[in-house]
Amino acid sequence: MALSFMEGNEALARGAIAAGCNFFAGYPITPATTIFNNMLQMLPPKGGICIQGEDEIASMGYCIGAAMAGKKALTATSGPGISLYSEQLSFAIGSEIPLVIADVQRLGPSTGSATRGADSDIQFLRWGSTSGVPVIVLAPKDAQDCYVLAVHAFNYAEEFRCPVFIASNKEIGMTRESFDMDSITLPRIVERKLFSGEAYLPFEAKPDAAPPFLPIGGKTLVRQTSSTHGPDGYITIDPETIAQNQARLRKKIHSAQKRISLFEENIKDTTDTLVISYGVSARAVEDAGKVLESKGKPVSTLTLKTLWPVPEELLTKKARPFKRIIVIEMNLGQYVHEIQRVLCDKKVEFYGQMNGVLISPEKIMEVIENE
Amino acid sequence: MNSFLNQSRPLVYCPGCSHEKITKGLDKAMTGLNLLADKTVIVTDIGCSGLFDTFFNVHALHGIHGRALTYASGLKLADPDLNVIVTMGDGGLGIGGAHVLAACRRNLDLTLIILNNFNFGMTGGQYSATTPTDATVGSGFLNQAEIPLDICAIAESAGATYIAKCSALDEDLPEKIAKAIEHKGFSIIETLGMCTGRYTKRNKLSPKVLDQMITGLPARSGVIEKNQRPEYGERYRALAKKMKTFPRAVTLEKKIDLKDYQQQEVVILGSAGMRIVTAGDLVCHAGLCAGMHVSMKNDYNITVLRGQSVSEILISPEKIGYPGIKSPSVVLALSDEGVLRRKKIFATLKPDTFVLKEKSVTIPKTPADVVEIDFKKLKIKKQDWALASLGVMAKKEKAINKKMLTYALKSRFNEKVCLIAMETIKKISLASS
Repeated sequence: MALSFMEGNEALARGAIAAGCNFFAGYPITPATTIFNNMLQMLPPKGGICIQGEDEIASMGYCIGAAMAGKKALTATSGPGISLYSEQLSFAIGSEIPLVIADVQRLGPSTGSATRGADSDIQFLRWGSTSGVPVIVLAPKDAQDCYVLAVHAFNYAEEFRCPVFIASNKEIGMTRESFDMDSITLPRIVERKLFSGEAYLPFEAKPDAAPPFLPIGGKTLVRQTSSTHGPDGYITIDPETIAQNQARLRKKIHSAQKRISLFEENIKDTTDTLVISYGVSARAVEDAGKVLESKGKPVSTLTLKTLWPVPEELLTKKARPFKRIIVIEMNLGQYVHEIQRVLCDKKVEFYGQMNGVLISPEKIMEVIENE
Repeated sequence: MNSFLNQSRPLVYCPGCSHEKITKGLDKAMTGLNLLADKTVIVTDIGCSGLFDTFFNVHALHGIHGRALTYASGLKLADPDLNVIVTMGDGGLGIGGAHVLAACRRNLDLTLIILNNFNFGMTGGQYSATTPTDATVGSGFLNQAEIPLDICAIAESAGATYIAKCSALDEDLPEKIAKAIEHKGFSIIETLGMCTGRYTKRNKLSPKVLDQMITGLPARSGVIEKNQRPEYGERYRALAKKMKTFPRAVTLEKKIDLKDYQQQEVVILGSAGMRIVTAGDLVCHAGLCAGMHVSMKNDYNITVLRGQSVSEILISPEKIGYPGIKSPSVVLALSDEGVLRRKKIFATLKPDTFVLKEKSVTIPKTPADVVEIDFKKLKIKKQDWALASLGVMAKKEKAINKKMLTYALKSRFNEKVCLIAMETIKKISLASS
């Protein structure tokens, strides 16, 4: 066996390349900069394009333009950059432009700490755009996940024609670690569904799906607009058309919830406690689980890799046998609200930490044992 | 083709608006140049200039205020064969100023038509970045405290290769637009026009006044000789083409069998410039050569060659879970500022933790097993202290052994650097025996 050794950001870049990413635009920001550095090394030899934007807003604009010309585009930033992406994200969400956005989260609010990790943006990624249209957010726990989830992210972006976020963390992105890259079977690559009929209407789609795509610059003329539009891509004020489109934007993602709920589990029959976590904290939870098992006090663990759409069916099913649910996250309580909402008939306990350091397995054991 | 105008979408501007002339002028320009509809895209900004894309039978992208040039750039980079025409008002010019400057500096082959009508028409005639100080606008007195900008002068200093300024009412507007489109590189054509819905209701503006405004400024009629240079896309592709090698992942075959290896935690405390991260990387390589899983977290200042540099490494026969340090097995204390950064750990160390301390470094009280080495006396340069410490670790079989370190050096360095590193390690091995 040969182990590969790289930081999470490099793994994410390698995953993007494996997924067929051929365009990157970004603006340097710690702790996401090394994704840009890696893409700048990896894209040109593959014939792809890598650009440093004059700011984050421009970087997203370049990605939007390139995606509309048919490219698979990636950008990478951290919390302050996500803030600036917001207006362009609303455009990409509402106008169904496929993009992958790596958010290597750092401790906020605002400028916060450039080199301290936290899962700061978990609700922001979901709600940081106008109108509340759903997005997809995946959460890696380590470098290997960065590699694999990058491929899922591109696949989902292509299928659902929407921005897909990879909610990484400084503690994953800038930590170098080993994993057996050669033994990983990546998901099959999904390509954008192209329109093949007559008379193309750029936003004509089935009620629960994204419209088939044609690129700007192709033989058929394409319209793209950030304004409220009908199937023809022109502004509309027809309430019925507007309502149908709004419903479709939600349905295309929510109806796929079960299929795109990625997770890992370690469920033990005799336990009454389920610890739910995501991101880098999941590793401490899993370690705590091992120690408790050796002490004869086992617990079950569930690590979520898809955070949005909330894997409601998965949570309900997995939590059913358990009396006690504990949620651990590297912030002061963001995603726990979703879990409380879904598991409203259960007592959901929470531990969070937001001080720039990792939550340790010892702390988690203390939370679990302190019933 | 006789016209690109979409007959089913008639123009909807206010009566007398100059935008109508510009729309028709653009159509004539595009027709005259025989542009291919499927290889042409109109990218529009917000405001009345944002209506342009709806009138033409070409590809269209209408986006967010001030950002039109960003989409246009993405499209052009992705598809160099596209004719990309951007329409933007004086509002978009103000809010998207950074993108205009970037486009001038870059010289990607785009055409920007700035429809300057001196105010924000759609929202009620508020002042913009080009409103004259003495104009009466929808922003009360605010414009009287500011001055308008001349985008052509700014564009010239920002490196634009083609700049034209004209009246929207000029007879030869189609030819002027056509020339701008034909230019290979970034071209700006600023048209001064009349917003009859808002601006001319409160301000005297006639075709003659527009002409006077233009003659009062330096003439801008096309190619800027001093800024001529290769088009960005071509330049980019030529430079990118030189990058032929796809960087392979660092992957290490297992070379050494270790029996009963327990998880090790190594903390290297030093300063910037002491090659702490390289030493940490070597420890990881040493682990990888033995088929171990490794992780490394580094902590250093964003400035270079100042401040602490700390590397924390885990080596484990299992896949590593929690990547933090719990109970170090080795601590290398190589500078005071590094020690200061992790001073709390010293009291918590176990008696069997191996602490290597450079003579000049002060460490807090610790129950650990401390070995002091005077690197200075051994004439080992400060930037090699971390490397030399690895030699000590290997000799004493703390976390790594000699064989692991040798493999690590060979896999991490080229032959020359490897030999120099081996020398340093030999020196310390002899001295510490």
